Amino acid sequence: MKGMTIIVKTVSSWIKVLVFLFGIYIILFGHLTPGGGFSGGVILAGSYVLLLLAFGREYAEENLPLPIASKLDCIAAFLFIALALLGFIYGAGFFFYNFLQQELMADCNAAGKLVSAGAIPLYNIFIGLKVAASLFLVVLVLSAFRSESDPTEGQE
Amino acid sequence: MSLNIPLPLFIALPLAVAFLLPLFGTKTRGFASFIAVLTTAALLVFSIFSFGRFEVYCVGRWTIPLGINLVLDGISALMLLTISIVSFAAILFSNRYMEQYTAKSKYLSLFLLMVTGMNGVVLSGDIFNLFVFLEIASIASYALVGFGCQHEELEAAFKYMVLGSVASMFVLFAVGVVYGNTGSLNMAVISKHVAENGLNTGLAFALALFIAGFGLKAALVPFHAWLPDAHPSAPAPISAMLSGVLIKALGIYSLSRIIFNVLGVSVPISWVLITLGLLSMVIGALLAIGQWDFKRLLAYSSISQIGYVMFGIGLAALILSKKGNPVWASLAMLGGLFHLMNHAVFKSLLFLTSGSIEMSTGTRQLKELGGLAEKLPITRSACTIASASIAGIPPFNGFWSKLILVIAAVQAGFYTLAAVTVFVSIVTLIMFLKVQRYVFLGELPENLKSVVEHRGLMAFAMIFLAVLCVLMGALVIYEPFRVVVLDNAVNALLDGLAYAGKVLNAQILNGQ
Amino acid sequence: MLYSLCFLLFMIGLYCVLVKKNMIKIVVGILLMEYAVNLFLVMLGWRKVADGAVAPIAAGGDLLDKAGTVSQLFVSRAVDPLPQALVLTSIVIGLGSLALMVAICIRTYEKYGTFDITRIRRLKG
Repeated sequence: MKGMTIIVKTVSSWIKVLVFLFGIYIILFGHLTPGGGFSGGVILAGSYVLLLLAFGREYAEENLPLPIASKLDCIAAFLFIALALLGFIYGAGFFFYNFLQQELMADCNAAGKLVSAGAIPLYNIFIGLKVAASLFLVVLVLSAFRSESDPTEGQE
Repeated sequence: MSLNIPLPLFIALPLAVAFLLPLFGTKTRGFASFIAVLTTAALLVFSIFSFGRFEVYCVGRWTIPLGINLVLDGISALMLLTISIVSFAAILFSNRYMEQYTAKSKYLSLFLLMVTGMNGVVLSGDIFNLFVFLEIASIASYALVGFGCQHEELEAAFKYMVLGSVASMFVLFAVGVVYGNTGSLNMAVISKHVAENGLNTGLAFALALFIAGFGLKAALVPFHAWLPDAHPSAPAPISAMLSGVLIKALGIYSLSRIIFNVLGVSVPISWVLITLGLLSMVIGALLAIGQWDFKRLLAYSSISQIGYVMFGIGLAALILSKKGNPVWASLAMLGGLFHLMNHAVFKSLLFLTSGSIEMSTGTRQLKELGGLAEKLPITRSACTIASASIAGIPPFNGFWSKLILVIAAVQAGFYTLAAVTVFVSIVTLIMFLKVQRYVFLGELPENLKSVVEHRGLMAFAMIFLAVLCVLMGALVIYEPFRVVVLDNAVNALLDGLAYAGKVLNAQILNGQ
Repeated sequence: MLYSLCFLLFMIGLYCVLVKKNMIKIVVGILLMEYAVNLFLVMLGWRKVADGAVAPIAAGGDLLDKAGTVSQLFVSRAVDPLPQALVLTSIVIGLGSLALMVAICIRTYEKYGTFDITRIRRLKG
């Protein structure tokens, strides 16, 4: 893919920042408003897909190389499980226990504040990274199906 | 014997390792497979220690009506052990076998994801989580069937994926209907609701959807079209996993858990189960006998053996719902579950031997093989033991489970059904005599003069399963083993709707 | 009765899977079934309240009382949030399986040069 016209390129180079920021907002406010890790991650991936459509595949791949994306994918998923296991250690043997909420941050759990809900925002961030990386990988791999990449991406 | 393994580890350990493995590059590939073997070995040890426990685990300290819970009872422990044995053998085998393919770390990662999904299905205490884990296991298995990326693999993977997705949608629809009718997703709470109010039209509809969905996953006969394509096309260790445990954990286990413990048994449902079982038994065996592709023959015989399991479970349900003698019910159930375990062991052994033969000779067409008895001694003896087991020759494990099934059918007065069971067993014997005749006996073809057997871990995996085939008869003969391993599982299912009370009480006792 | 319309949509998807010959159309049929189920799950959360039900998000305003906890008014008017969580999960799963399915379709097209399943028949018996 060569990319589109100059108009599309200019507009999407402005918009990509906004889309990226909106994705971050959705992830960070996931515990307060509709949204969360998955939806925010999709929007983050969307900003890269915008680049891919407007500037062509090579440009998008320069911005987020494939190996880095796949490593990010694995690391984020691993951190998610590690966080759940931390809940196991701090929460008297309970997997996924929200240990930050109950013990370490007891003063700031008023509903509606940004810093509240304990470990849930952290889970959201990891999920967001994971979804963004893997969705970007899926689109990239599918857009380049002639190259030697395996079709097993996108399982989660 | 007091190693108290927290239940989520069964799910979290393979999941974490699955995401860790792709981080290793090509240079450290040996290390990656070492970690994978270590993980399955650890799961095997954990599952041995999980016997005799009854535990309800509330994830995140949220108690039952609110949160997700994991339940470990007799049948879960039995399934966990089966999954761990087969996955341990399969991953040992694939260590050498998968050198033929590229992207081994991706393979191992998908393999562990599949194990995660199956462990999750077996432990899950609410129906939506059961669906989620079912999807994890199925999606990983779709990808693994198409792993070779050749013509046949892709075609089989597409067929499997379409039918598998339809099955998942049936299950999800049924989950929705159950939630709409009972207002809960937790198995124990639904079961309590059913015990108090009975089965209304909506729940009966959901039950029909469940039977269609899980029947598709288990490849019972009217729904079996995908299995003979998907299982032979996968790499041999994956065929062993699919035929050995995946169809049982996703199909048989889920179906019997839903029918016995959640929605309750009744006479019509039991007849449906028995009919499905008998159809699979007879049609699977008759179709298998005409096959000339070794793995395809094994796949059809899987359908037939799954029929035995379903028949045992259905017979138990029938006796239970007719308020017959509970001893016969538990005998039939014992036969079904023991055959499930046995079939996992000998069918995965047969698939591994087929992989070994294919790797040495490059073909799996029975007519192109022959006279391999001296060239492949370990494979030959393993294959003979497994064939004897599956056909029900006395000292091996398959004999005991079939014997129990026949005795249960005769005791309950179903002489025709018992006769059909024996007949199918004879057909199976003929089928495997054919395999022995065409693969190991007869003339050695000219182009196979120079074949060598692959020793090492591949041979070890086969010997491990073959030894189990011989020793597993002890599970019924030796009383303490039977009580811990099998009777607990039988009772867990036959308790029926009392499951709700047990789970809810266990939660209160834990004081959370 | 709206529920039976969901079931009708589900059946249309199933018909599409069973009858169509094109791989992509089969994938579309599976997606139709999936969306029918998702629609059904969302509709399960429906409830009838006199002044209109609200989304189950306690974001502030009169839905939170002074202590910062959820008010009784909110509890009496919010729709059931659980099916919405279920739908989100099933969408995620659907995304994963869709990606894999499309990848398999593309790979098959590379190998066979066609999407017609009547011409993709190497496995028999």
